[in-house]
Amino acid sequence: MAGLSALAVAGKRGFDALTDGGRAEGATERRPAARWAMVIDLRKCVNEGGCTDCIAACDRAHNVPHFDERAHDVKWIWREPFEKAFADHGSPYTEDAFKGASLPVLCNHCDNPPCVRVCPVKATWKRDDGIVMMDYHRCIGCRYCMAACPYGARSFNWLDPRPRVKELNPDFPTRTKGVVEMCNFCEERLAKGRAPACVEACGEQALVFGNLHDPGSEVRRLLRTRHAIRRKPELGTGPNVYYLV
Amino acid sequence: MSDRVLIVGGLVLFLALVTLPLWFNVAAGTTSKLPELTLPEGKDPFGTAEYMRASHMDLLMTWRDEVVRNQERTVVGLDGKTYAKSLTGTCLACHVNRATFCDRCHDYAAVKPTCWECHLEPRPVQRAAQ
Repeated sequence: MAGLSALAVAGKRGFDALTDGGRAEGATERRPAARWAMVIDLRKCVNEGGCTDCIAACDRAHNVPHFDERAHDVKWIWREPFEKAFADHGSPYTEDAFKGASLPVLCNHCDNPPCVRVCPVKATWKRDDGIVMMDYHRCIGCRYCMAACPYGARSFNWLDPRPRVKELNPDFPTRTKGVVEMCNFCEERLAKGRAPACVEACGEQALVFGNLHDPGSEVRRLLRTRHAIRRKPELGTGPNVYYLV
Repeated sequence: MSDRVLIVGGLVLFLALVTLPLWFNVAAGTTSKLPELTLPEGKDPFGTAEYMRASHMDLLMTWRDEVVRNQERTVVGLDGKTYAKSLTGTCLACHVNRATFCDRCHDYAAVKPTCWECHLEPRPVQRAAQ
């Protein structure tokens, strides 16, 4: 619980800064008070073999549909084998350490998001606080963003998703056929000062969320004290999901 | 001149047939019948009935863009209270029945808004809580 409360404090601090004038209604001047990021502790996570609490929480919170056909599947946060998520990290002698292990992957909310660059209708954009946001109203379903994303973090609704949502959450909209969707770092929860659903759901507290601009935040403390890797940083996307190894 | 009866009779019959739909509606009592809407108590904090009738869609679109694009999530109503810019959270908190408020008028006006393709009606318990 200590980690969670620390996160809550960090999140709150970020929000105090956000709401402190910079984002007041009608204000024209904005300052990026926060840079949201996630740190995933693989020592805590991969040991929980088969655990899908974070995925289930996300799917419930955001009405993520499930299709039997793999080509139709929609994913916000999902599990990927280590050697697939970190294809360039394997060596014949080290891969035993993570053999059979899978880890949660999601949108990396990149500093330089290629999906944003290619969107022809500005349906997706990068917010000041680092979140790669999407306007489902605006999406025309061209799927350029899916082609551009090197992490496969975006999904297309080939079929009407609503009948395929297990339990509809009326606080969040569903999507329609022909629209791309992706993780939004729970921006709707952040606006209320709450941590993302996946972070809150993790019993092991393997997922930590916080503000990189705050040197005292839990994410900064973890990144200071532990070795962290990111997925495909060589592509220059600047991913903001860190994995502690 | 002996055709006068035929001509006038034919004209009357023609007019009667052409205007039959109108008479039909008059007989059925559906002429100029406006949709009956379930209205909530009290005043709308976002504008007069005339304004809302004409411009609620513009208001909702503006709210939508402000929330999604600019993270400006609240609005101060005419009553001085702060509200969330939310169709399902704020509007439907008072206009509790989509079927007898939104849909009836939209059906009458033959417009098909796409809001409900994604947005979900709030749970009844939530309405009670608000």
